[in-house]
Amino acid sequence: MPVLRQRVTWVWLGLLGLTGLTTWVLPKDLFSPAVAVVGTFLTAAVKVRYVVLDFMELRGAPIGVRAAFEAWPFVVATIILGLLFATAVHT
Amino acid sequence: MEGVWVFLGADTVIFGILFVSFMWDRQKNPALFEASRHTLNANLGGIDTLILLTSSWFVVLAMQALARSDIHRESRFLLSGAITGLMFVVSKSFEYFQKFAHGINPSTNPFFTWYFALTGIHLLHVIVGTGLLGFLWTRSRRGGHHHLTGPVSESVASYWHLVDLLWIVLFPLLYLMKAV
Repeated sequence: MPVLRQRVTWVWLGLLGLTGLTTWVLPKDLFSPAVAVVGTFLTAAVKVRYVVLDFMELRGAPIGVRAAFEAWPFVVATIILGLLFATAVHT
Repeated sequence: MEGVWVFLGADTVIFGILFVSFMWDRQKNPALFEASRHTLNANLGGIDTLILLTSSWFVVLAMQALARSDIHRESRFLLSGAITGLMFVVSKSFEYFQKFAHGINPSTNPFFTWYFALTGIHLLHVIVGTGLLGFLWTRSRRGGHHHLTGPVSESVASYWHLVDLLWIVLFPLLYLMKAV
């Protein structure tokens, strides 16, 4: 199958697009800092999920391995955002 | 492959702890961390992300070619993966050079201690991964395929995607995280 018609190529293009969104669109002043930062980390977690499932090919892995690698970005992003907003409350 | 997954899992846990430790330190002086973050080049960080994602894509295509025993394409995609890995190393070296030229080093303040530590550990991962991709490419070119080639190649590919995955979180943590 030609490279351009493969799912992994569309995933790669989507990941490039999401990178453009978080690097060059969300930091603009159009969005409040809270919206920008939450959007940025949620997007990062989604990107990691696609890397895990489509690049690392863990879609068919044992449920424990897949769950651990899929949960990791969301757990880390939640803790990061939690500490960020806790800092904002205390300052 | 089980051992490889244990190693990759442990690496993600260690980086997760480092990311949370960074945030914990940030709480002590958020104004300093925010001011320091503004001196980083987010455009360069974004381009680094595009480079690593593209490198990962090349490696997926190389593994698909290997599965089809299409050695010519496998070799070509492995070389593309290694070259893009090298591009990341050059880009990061340029960024470090800029920082040192402006008198910024790991002892400048706690933010930059974390910046150089986190990006430095990640860069070491990239250098090792680029070397491994280069090794696979050389073996592929020589036609050195045997019964171990598949598992070894898949292990290197999984490691390379992990390097990509870690940068996807590290980049916004250091370069994009605005004070709220």
